[in-house]
Amino acid sequence: MSSGEVAQMMRLIDETGAVVGDGATLPAPEALLDGYRRLVLARRLNEQAEALVRQGRLAVYPSSHGQEACQVAAAAVLAETDWLFPTYRDVAAIAARGVDPVDVLVMLRGDWHCGYDPLATRVAPQATPLATQLPHAVGVGHAARLKGEDTVVMALCGDGATSEGDFHEALNFAAVFASPVVFLVQNNKYAISVPLSRQSAAESLAAKGVGYGVPGVRVDGNDLAALTVVLSEAVARARRGEGPTLVEADTYRIHAHTNADDPSRYRADDEVEKWRPRDPLLRLRAHLTTTGALTSRLEAEFAAAAEEMAAHVRAGMGGESVLDPAELFAHVYSTPTPQLREQAALLAAELNEVRS
Amino acid sequence: MIQALNRALHDAMAADGSVVVFGEDVGPLGGVFRVTDGLTATFGENRCFDTPLAESGIVGMAVGMAMNGLRPVVEMQFDAFAFPAFEQIVSHVAKLANRTRGRVRLPMVIRVPYGGGIGGVEHHSDSSEAYYAHTPGLLVVTPATNTDAYGLLRAAIEHPDPVVFLEPKRQYFTREELDPEPAVPPIGRAVVRRDGRDATLIAYGPSVPVALAAAEQAATEGRDLGVVDLRSIVPFDDETVTAAVRRTGRAVVVAEAPGFASVASEIAARVSERCFHHLEAPVRRVTGFDVPYPPPRLEQHHLPGVDRILDAVDDLQWEIA
Ligand SMILES: Cc1ncc(C[n+]2csc(CCOP(=O)(O)OP(=O)(O)O)c2C)c(N)n1
Repeated sequence: MSSGEVAQMMRLIDETGAVVGDGATLPAPEALLDGYRRLVLARRLNEQAEALVRQGRLAVYPSSHGQEACQVAAAAVLAETDWLFPTYRDVAAIAARGVDPVDVLVMLRGDWHCGYDPLATRVAPQATPLATQLPHAVGVGHAARLKGEDTVVMALCGDGATSEGDFHEALNFAAVFASPVVFLVQNNKYAISVPLSRQSAAESLAAKGVGYGVPGVRVDGNDLAALTVVLSEAVARARRGEGPTLVEADTYRIHAHTNADDPSRYRADDEVEKWRPRDPLLRLRAHLTTTGALTSRLEAEFAAAAEEMAAHVRAGMGGESVLDPAELFAHVYSTPTPQLREQAALLAAELNEVRS
Repeated sequence: MIQALNRALHDAMAADGSVVVFGEDVGPLGGVFRVTDGLTATFGENRCFDTPLAESGIVGMAVGMAMNGLRPVVEMQFDAFAFPAFEQIVSHVAKLANRTRGRVRLPMVIRVPYGGGIGGVEHHSDSSEAYYAHTPGLLVVTPATNTDAYGLLRAAIEHPDPVVFLEPKRQYFTREELDPEPAVPPIGRAVVRRDGRDATLIAYGPSVPVALAAAEQAATEGRDLGVVDLRSIVPFDDETVTAAVRRTGRAVVVAEAPGFASVASEIAARVSERCFHHLEAPVRRVTGFDVPYPPPRLEQHHLPGVDRILDAVDDLQWEIA
């Protein structure tokens, strides 16, 4: 596709599970089945994390309930050497990438700012300041090119974040340097309370690529098959050295922004109800059941694996983690400054006094 | 404090048709902390509205609106989320009057919920006052009580110069009855919250209640501590602070921001210069450590608490006195 146009929204499986069009580009049945397995895990992780919030075990959880297809596809299309740049809402994507969900939730439990090793996992720390991670994604991709590596970077953000300056600067840089970056915007229609119509007057968010010379693609964000095809092609294009792609996934935030949010103040329940039948799991299950690929035995297997994962998360979040206050001073500089050593000693003395 | 701020906005908008409120989620939602609750319903979409999600755009647009006769009051959702607007604040909000030899004044208010102690994940607990206070051209105020929250916000909105209005999140949920007609204190005046003979604690915003608690505790141990609440960081009320410290001859500055190159450092320097011959001991600072704001489960070690303040007071060379 040329960079001057935005195609129609790509959809391969509709809400009833039926194949749209001739099915020529549909991923292989085994791939779809594995995708469904991953969706079940992602949904279960969202549910488990939300339960942990209710039990006071997590400080906060921005759920991706309803957006699991985006989460799963973003991770599944990457090679091991590729990078993922997630936001706070992308816990399920990080887990789908293979990072232990317990390590991911360390941040939301309040233990430390990032619980996994970004270099070892090739997953950047979850970004909270909106869109600020996107120029980093471009930098990681550009560095890979300078080093002669064929690494691709998957950079995630929400519809609201596309209004930030950093989003635009990142797109422009990526285009100018032909950086191997796939920008995936999960357009879930809301930035906390602010609807899409207040973010952008453009025809689509994908259209924002046009002015930067970045091809924009729209895809049904609740259709795992379409997402897999679109994102795989964008990754392949980046890997071939042809530069960035902007993918807008049309999806919906079914739950509140976080547990601290009250969506009844800004949207009607029937709007949410309209999106429920478009659930990414329902649709793929219907499709795979019709084709016969998903048997009740497999369904039970997937569910059992999800329960096992949830039990692992509960166990990991269950006990009181032991934190060392001295760590406050350990990582600020490669070597603590004299002042930090003094402050560390002060805190240690205080804590000793309390204990003795 | 949320109710007091909300009432101040309502009253200011009712009193002056040129006051407009905008930012992220401030419209129908009423702000993530509900400080702007009901403003859109009462004054309409043109007076209180949501913007696209871009802090630089919000502050930049406010500059233009202030140039064209309005009084914008914008909200930055959290302390660290004001940083995308830093360029606008430092290069334009702070400088326009000076650049234009006073021809263009910017009567605008940038409200920033700030500070920690709320169990927030990273980027939700920064103390950013030093950046603003260090920037000539910005007024910087921070209330510690609900009455001051009301009065200082009204004063900030009426002021001809741009004001960075720092709201201590830790005090957001304190309830305290407001007078039917709360006073509007002039910006730039500190207040003595508690008289004391032995030493003076100097604090602002979220550290004022901590300093008062320390003074309470000290009283049970036979030490009489005074507490000064700055209210306004810029302009700085040298007069009130100096007078209070001269009376006691001992001073401890309390603030939760990292201490290095901080507002607390500025206060300590000013007090040392102005009170040198009255001081019985060096001025002490009790501040946050020089570390990025800690994760929720470690923040209690970082924030200056009563014990750390009283340890500093104990160090004020009492044996010499
Ligand atoms: C620079 C910045 N400004 C404001 C915020 C506060 N904030 C957190 S999430 C959010 C909404 C983001 O919406 P969107 O980008 O659509 O992503 P979603 O949360 O819907 O996944 C806001 C305003 C922030 N995190 N960073």
